[in-house]
Amino acid sequence: MLQKNYKMANRTVINRRDFIKVVSTTGAGLAIGFHLPFKNRVQAATLASNNTFKPNAWVTLYPDELVTITVSKSEMGQGVWTSLPMIIAEEMELDWTKVQIEQAPVDKERFGRQGTGGSYSIRGSWDKMRKAGAIGKDMLLNAGAHNWSVPKKECYAEKGFIFHQPSGKKLSYGDLSMKAATLDIPKEVALKDPSDFRIIGKELPRKDTPLKVNGSAQFAMDIDLPNMVYAFIVRCPIFGGKLKSINDTKAREIEGVLDVFAVENGVAIVGASTWAALRGRKALVITWDEGPNKNVDSKTIYEYLQKRGRKRGATGRRDGNAKRALNKADRVIEAVYELPFQAHATMEPMNCVVDVQSDLCRIWAPTQSPQQARKRASDITGLSINNVEVNVTFLGGGFGRRAFNDFIDDGLAVSKHMGRPVKLIWKREDDMRHDYYRPASRHVLRGGLTKNTNTTAWTHRVVAPSIIFGQMFKYPIPFKDKLDVVALEGAKDLPYEIPNIHVDYKSANTAVPIGWWRSVYHSQNAYANECFIDELAFAANMDPLQYRLQLLPDDSRNSNVLKLAAKKAGWDGSSPTGRYKGLSCHESFGSYVAQVAEVSIGKDNVVIVHRVVCVIDCGQTVNPSIVEAQMESSIVYGLSATLRGEITIEKGAVVQSNFHEFEVLRMDEMPEIDVHIIKSTATPGGVGEPGLPPVAPAVANAVFAATGIRVRKLPIKPEDLRS
Amino acid sequence: MASFLLYINGEKRQVKVDGNTPLLWVLRDNLKLPGTKYGCGRGLCGACTVHVDGEATRSCITAIENVAGSNITTIEGLSKDSDHPVQIAWVAEDVPQCGYCQSGQIMTAAAFLDRNSNPEEDDINAAMKMNICRCGTYQRIRKAIGRAAKELQNGQ
Repeated sequence: MLQKNYKMANRTVINRRDFIKVVSTTGAGLAIGFHLPFKNRVQAATLASNNTFKPNAWVTLYPDELVTITVSKSEMGQGVWTSLPMIIAEEMELDWTKVQIEQAPVDKERFGRQGTGGSYSIRGSWDKMRKAGAIGKDMLLNAGAHNWSVPKKECYAEKGFIFHQPSGKKLSYGDLSMKAATLDIPKEVALKDPSDFRIIGKELPRKDTPLKVNGSAQFAMDIDLPNMVYAFIVRCPIFGGKLKSINDTKAREIEGVLDVFAVENGVAIVGASTWAALRGRKALVITWDEGPNKNVDSKTIYEYLQKRGRKRGATGRRDGNAKRALNKADRVIEAVYELPFQAHATMEPMNCVVDVQSDLCRIWAPTQSPQQARKRASDITGLSINNVEVNVTFLGGGFGRRAFNDFIDDGLAVSKHMGRPVKLIWKREDDMRHDYYRPASRHVLRGGLTKNTNTTAWTHRVVAPSIIFGQMFKYPIPFKDKLDVVALEGAKDLPYEIPNIHVDYKSANTAVPIGWWRSVYHSQNAYANECFIDELAFAANMDPLQYRLQLLPDDSRNSNVLKLAAKKAGWDGSSPTGRYKGLSCHESFGSYVAQVAEVSIGKDNVVIVHRVVCVIDCGQTVNPSIVEAQMESSIVYGLSATLRGEITIEKGAVVQSNFHEFEVLRMDEMPEIDVHIIKSTATPGGVGEPGLPPVAPAVANAVFAATGIRVRKLPIKPEDLRS
Repeated sequence: MASFLLYINGEKRQVKVDGNTPLLWVLRDNLKLPGTKYGCGRGLCGACTVHVDGEATRSCITAIENVAGSNITTIEGLSKDSDHPVQIAWVAEDVPQCGYCQSGQIMTAAAFLDRNSNPEEDDINAAMKMNICRCGTYQRIRKAIGRAAKELQNGQ
């Protein structure tokens, strides 16, 4: 995702713009909302009701002691339904067992930015969630002190109670909630010292787990509305192709087929049931105008990247004079790495339920960009944004795919046309062939070494389509070598202390739609960096660990994760016969990760990954169990892209259609994953993505250790290992 | 359209559908049992796994006319209070992430342990490899199956 420079507030002074008190006219409760500078009166009616104490948009306290914490980010498996509430519960001294979770309605005024991505939920909410909890606690403390007519400093909060220390009296949060509702918001609140944390840092079970083991967790596809129809959209398989004609005679003869019509993204087929729509779809005869991309294929794309890479790109980093240093070097090592397009292939294909009425539009969708969806629905339907309701359901995986709402456009178009609610489903084949793919890329690297193996120069040219300047946002292409800093993420931030570094970016846009894929360009740049540093280590005749360490500042977060990973993996010790280790480290999304992969080469040159040791320094850990799960998750996702699936293009279309062609890691290939988390109180880093970038280079470096072959193109195929 | 009598989660249900309709869509659209998920439509990912007469079965490629009269169990009917040993183990290991594939994982694991309650790791791998999880919960699934197996052995 796009990274912004986010400055964490380090003071606890409350910003009037962020916290506005709202007293309801009935006196029944109190609400304080974030981002409510102008519309607080509207909010008073909606927030302060039912005798609840609602110290801010995220917390509602009920007299019966139950607490609802509202999560305004999308839960897509990464654990925000648990980790974000833990931060509030910590500062508010809540009884975690009384905390229930609800998904926030989509409302920018109340919740601020609700987009989910960039491993940013904890990082972007940490300070705000802590303050939200601390304000609630402070008001309850005041309520207790008032109630007993004692000084506030004699009171303390613990697990849902306010205690008066000298007398030993206590009152529950529920008992104090109405009193607290009448008090002023504190101007300043103290945040807890991390050494006093009793919730943050604990392996608390996920709040969504019980719903996800009995089928009751609700995904958008599970929504069932009265009078609802079922629809699919057939898209032109060739990117940029357009509809020429539809022959729907046969389709309309099928029982249950209700309608066939053209929409912006293709042809809609609507049925009274999913099966009727699917049968109708099969009977459709559609002729496409194949458009300008019908001859595009993977081969020509790679050739194009190669051609573009011959010329200098836009400079992203320049330290010293790399060109001169390479000329003066005793040895110049050069390598080119190539990576393919990758599909997200979330387990839940794209889908939504949409009900467009004359005065209201309701959407249920697994989206990472709900506010964008709301705005878009308003534009498409002509309804005011206040008449568009977006319900974010659980997401059956996101990985960046669901930052795009093209599937909601489909639902809107069909419901508007039919005048009925619609369940719009993408077949797996639609999902795989109409993704916003991780861009293919080419990386040209050169390194300069002196006779006594000093590393004097490093150059890295990234040649790739640009997400931010690409066709996706309809910017004119080609732009002239504009610097795409996102495409250089992880490349320009090379951590190694080499005196002469030059990193540049050469754009190479293609017809293939591209987007954010878990860890985005870090996934490609880390592969190039960490494979090439291994190549330099070999050229310098040094151990890959020692070589890296001598180029990293002592005691840096990178060197610390590397050292611990090496220790835990037994880097210096021997491996079981036939097994070889490879190493890598990479910083992304504010976290530092090192991995050691242990591989062997099996029958028919198949790479078997036996074990991955993973060390992460993500600063303050909120929930170690979730961090561990995210490391496992990223490693599995990364291994799929290292060893299995890739998206290839033929005749302007994606070749792969389903999981038999786009293979992903399965249980029988699952290595043992051993995660270690560095204890830290540093500002939290992200955890959803940083575990992914190091895995491909760790495996490739282990394959080199095993075979002496450098695999410079992913995924690693058995034929690459035939000597 | 034809009428089919089904035995779903211990209840008799009558549906009127095209005989080729996959069981998956009958469960989801007609019987309002959405816990069984659509993942691939071709029996490749396992998200749609249910039990047909105790056997783990891919409901997305099973025509309704072939299972009329059979005993069908979905995730909703695996236990009354989410207390099947596999579900208990799943909670104990905090397995799910996005959760979308988990109904299928749990149904596959439950049918597998029913046949083999003392599995080796290779048995688990072989039984579970037809169920894809893109969140990569495999390691915890392995642990949960081991835990459930122990429970089942102790219970015997």
